[in-house]
Amino acid sequence: MKKHYLQKARRIDKAFKIFAFCCTMFALVILAVLLIDIFSRGLSRINWSFFSSLPSRFAERSGILTALAGMMSLLFFTIIISLPIGIAAGIYLQEYSVKNKFAKLVEINIANLAGVPSVIYGILGLQLFVRIAGLGNSLLAGALTLSLLILPIIIVATREAIRAVPNSLRQASYGMGATKWQTTKRVVIPSALGGILTGIILSISRAVGETAPLLVIGALVYVPFIPEGPLDQFTTLPIQIFNWVSRPQEGFILNAAAGIIVLLLITFLLNGIAIYIRAKWYKKMKF
Amino acid sequence: MQKLETKNANLWYGDKHALKDINIAIDSNAVTAFIGPSGCGKSTLLRCFNRMNDLIDHTRIEGSFLLDGEEIYGKEADVYELRKKVGMVFQKSNPFPKSIFENVVYGLRINGISNKQVLEEKAEWSLKNAALWDEVKDNLHKSALSLSGGQQQRLCIARTLAVEPTVILMDEPASALDPISTSKIEDLIFTLKQDFTIVIVTHNMQQAGRISDKTAFFYLGELVEFDDTKKLFTNPGNERTQNYITGRFG
Repeated sequence: MKKHYLQKARRIDKAFKIFAFCCTMFALVILAVLLIDIFSRGLSRINWSFFSSLPSRFAERSGILTALAGMMSLLFFTIIISLPIGIAAGIYLQEYSVKNKFAKLVEINIANLAGVPSVIYGILGLQLFVRIAGLGNSLLAGALTLSLLILPIIIVATREAIRAVPNSLRQASYGMGATKWQTTKRVVIPSALGGILTGIILSISRAVGETAPLLVIGALVYVPFIPEGPLDQFTTLPIQIFNWVSRPQEGFILNAAAGIIVLLLITFLLNGIAIYIRAKWYKKMKF
Repeated sequence: MQKLETKNANLWYGDKHALKDINIAIDSNAVTAFIGPSGCGKSTLLRCFNRMNDLIDHTRIEGSFLLDGEEIYGKEADVYELRKKVGMVFQKSNPFPKSIFENVVYGLRINGISNKQVLEEKAEWSLKNAALWDEVKDNLHKSALSLSGGQQQRLCIARTLAVEPTVILMDEPASALDPISTSKIEDLIFTLKQDFTIVIVTHNMQQAGRISDKTAFFYLGELVEFDDTKKLFTNPGNERTQNYITGRFG
């Protein structure tokens, strides 16, 4: 009886292993097919003029110059706005705030905010920044909207990184007469910097790919100029891709594929940097 | 005058009465050992002397804690100044993830000292006093985390010395170390008592016997017996002390 039971357990074990393997392969194959399809179509369009041309109604003459420039400017302003606020909020919540029920509520809500669909942030940005603040469909309105979107991610990442700093280090600092701010500045933040940086880069990589909230606030799909100030109109790469995909001509579809390749490379690069920093930091900080 | 003194000292963690009417007077330039089973209050009392208990929520204190005759918990008392005078070495070595040099001069930097020469002189002085100089003098800018456990603990002692405290509190400083590292720390404590007042919490009764001048035995938040170490270990005045040091409980 017992022997029979053991045999059955081993069969189930083996079956599950095969099942899990198939699931993994399924995901990988889909991803591979997607990549191969994109690369086979788009790669031929990637050349210097693709990066240096303005958009055009002729597919072969179209480029991503304004989309790239718009995206970089947008990220620049987004980082300037969200970084100080996000990091300061994370530090406050973890190191300073009194741990009571209200703090718990705030914590849960911030974690939830990180999961709100991005289009909701777009609608909020449309009302708050575009209409009430009167910024119009400008870079600044876009950056503020994206900031709302990635703030929870930065706050949560900062908190997690700070939480991982062992208390014994804080005690050592306090034990020598350091104040809370001295301890935070000289011990806690430097020790948590790897985690904080990782979180920031991942949040930027999320912002890079966002399309929906920018469409909602009215980012243009056709921008024949490079934005020069925070109040200029703009477009970004995902929006440019979105625009091209919706065109019937084959040439624009190829452009979209090429744009996707560029976008993918940027995202992979950012994620790669994040992984590199994390690995390097953890090696240095084996407390 | 006694270096450290408590009068009818009581402490509660929430509802838990952790220290009960403690009256103790600690000599300067001597080693005083606190012994007793886990949870007896010895670490709690130690942490009162530099107010590390302030960092724990729901702590309540009554009675008098004196350093050089002045109230540690008085209204005028400055907790940051206090901790500069009363340094602490913890059970688990806790060097900062910085270079050896930066670890030692941390206490100077937070006091606004940035003169390179002063920092270097102080670092050398502290590391020599902590019997670590010869082992690290060529690697001052290597990460402190690359040191062995015993070296890390001596680095933490050097870091504490750099602020020039008058009292050093040690909370089981050798409990996580191997016998050779432990004996180095013990030798060090023996040398340091010429210039510093040392209070050490230890679970190791042989250690208390070897290094301390006076020993206090705590049990369930009470100070049961406090006497010269020799007397307490050879001829304890209290039956509970007798039972504890002979290993009948604890």
